[in-house]
Amino acid sequence: MTLAPAPSQSLAEHVVAVEAGAHVIGLAWLGPKAAFALADGRVLLTDGREAARVAPHPGGGILVAARAGDTLITGGDDGRVVATAPDGTSAERGKEQGRWIDAVTGGRDGAIAWSAGKTVRTRDGKGQLRSFTAPTTAQGLAFMPKGYRLAIAHYNGVTLWFPNTDATPDVLAWKGSHLGVTVSPDGQYVVTAMQENSLHGWRLSDRKDMRMSGYPSKTRSLSWSHDGNWLATSGAEAAIIWPFDKQGPMGRAPRECGVRPVRVARVAFHPRALVLASAYEDGTVLLIRLTDASELLVQNATGASITALAWDDSGRSLAFGDEAGNGGLFTLPS
Amino acid sequence: MSDKIPVTVLTGYLGAGKTTLLNRILSEPHGKKFAVVVNEFGEVGIDNDLVVGADEEVFEMNNGCICCTVRGDLIRIIDGLMKRKGQFDAIIVETTGLADPAPVAQTFFMDEDVSSKTRLDAVVTVVDAKWLTERLKDAPEAKNQVAFADVIILNKTDLVTPEELSAVEAQIRAINPYAKLHRTQRASIDIAEVLGRNAFDLDRVLELEPDFLEEGHHHHHDEDVKSVSFTIPGDVDPAKFMPWVNDLVQQEGANILRSKGILAFQGEPKRFVFQGVHMILDGDLTQDWKPGEKRQSKIVFIGRNLDREALNKGFLACAA
Repeated sequence: MTLAPAPSQSLAEHVVAVEAGAHVIGLAWLGPKAAFALADGRVLLTDGREAARVAPHPGGGILVAARAGDTLITGGDDGRVVATAPDGTSAERGKEQGRWIDAVTGGRDGAIAWSAGKTVRTRDGKGQLRSFTAPTTAQGLAFMPKGYRLAIAHYNGVTLWFPNTDATPDVLAWKGSHLGVTVSPDGQYVVTAMQENSLHGWRLSDRKDMRMSGYPSKTRSLSWSHDGNWLATSGAEAAIIWPFDKQGPMGRAPRECGVRPVRVARVAFHPRALVLASAYEDGTVLLIRLTDASELLVQNATGASITALAWDDSGRSLAFGDEAGNGGLFTLPS
Repeated sequence: MSDKIPVTVLTGYLGAGKTTLLNRILSEPHGKKFAVVVNEFGEVGIDNDLVVGADEEVFEMNNGCICCTVRGDLIRIIDGLMKRKGQFDAIIVETTGLADPAPVAQTFFMDEDVSSKTRLDAVVTVVDAKWLTERLKDAPEAKNQVAFADVIILNKTDLVTPEELSAVEAQIRAINPYAKLHRTQRASIDIAEVLGRNAFDLDRVLELEPDFLEEGHHHHHDEDVKSVSFTIPGDVDPAKFMPWVNDLVQQEGANILRSKGILAFQGEPKRFVFQGVHMILDGDLTQDWKPGEKRQSKIVFIGRNLDREALNKGFLACAA
């Protein structure tokens, strides 16, 4: 195997190493602190100087994690859904006795949703619980950007559900197993990652289908650009970035950025600029500027696949974690 | 690839003794830790072992392959378990009595995330000596489970006469003469006979001789599920064989439950070994033919409504 030439400029000196100690399931910035959700049931909170460990799932393991406002929501193999605040305090938000939590997501105003098997529940910021039974196991969840509406990915399609109304849920059908779901910031497109190494999308205005195929593996990570014009995806030996501007992606080719001889494991668009963080199965982390495809190296290959990647809201800091329990906090030089 | 976690699939019709066998495996002082995937909690559980509930959600792969079904829940569970590597040494998947073993087995070949971290060790089927004859008549699932097995635990032998036992064993052998068969009472068996079998490892498919004693062996040709085997006393031409076998499993894959073969390819010093589940074939060159060993080519199919003559004709046409 040959290695692609390293980007000319390295920012590795601006990374503070984080010893997470267990497979990093997910992470989120809660103000100035990055919260790492770990497979051993714990959460590591760190600002790069001080680190604290808390155990929202004592004796259990964390399976899924998502940010909701200023809390990290974790779902575990103990059947519990827990919110951890930046000060390390945690509060149970839900419990599915004897089940594994398959998916969690956070929405606006403190709303969260989770699923265990076919059972899907939402809990709004006031603590109001709603439940829905999906036709098959719900594997991916995402709140729509407008209104209180949840997209639920399952076998043979996506269900769009209004938890606070009795309206019949809207079903977007497409044969196959849908593993994850995301909704464009303008609410016009619903896109899923499928078992068959492809993406599927629906334009809601006319319910037109889109198929985005050619990936050598499953897409596990999807990230929208701040302007909503691009959707970056993992699963290939480059970050595959689909155009979602006015024309939409139909009949158009994606951009391929950060081409390397290993697969992209995680992608995260910068919250304010057309810069993509692309993280690979060998541990490499790159920043890619979309305008000219220039690359900056954040971390060299470590041998361990990156499993979590997130910018803070200001776009100054990027956190990442890997399957071997290591991670880093990177701050853009000012 | 020995660092892949071995997975044993435990099948068997309702009441055959599956749970008894599972509890026996878990309670023996073997020093191993298991992750156990079960359908119902309550009956199984030993401290130290991780017990996970499953929903048996069988999904069709959307790839045009009509019988490529996988267990979606199993993909998720294994993904979750692999994040806690080091906490267990092996995985045991117990299926419900009515389950078809194929989707479970296919999951380990069709899903890359699963196959990169785990390997299917063997399909172990527990059958009830007293009731199997009845089940083979009325339950196609029971027949599939026998046909699919690498290891068959013929349990509750104390509840039948020696003659009845011979008869039921002959019935099993008519369907599947290649599985290792063990007679047990209360599922009492050395767990080394159940775990660590490497039944899907091509290097271990060394011989395809039926595993049965001639004594007490009766032919039951009335079974719709049966095994057929064909031999060419020499080399085959890979340019003829590969398209033929690929075509065959595409056309007949729904009826072919398991397939295996050891072949001498013309001009090739190594044996070509393959094994398959329905439409999925896995094959590779393995060990050399030994000096003085007779080069020959043999294939075996276990399946439903197999056309023995057409298969034989097709295979013989592949001779070099």
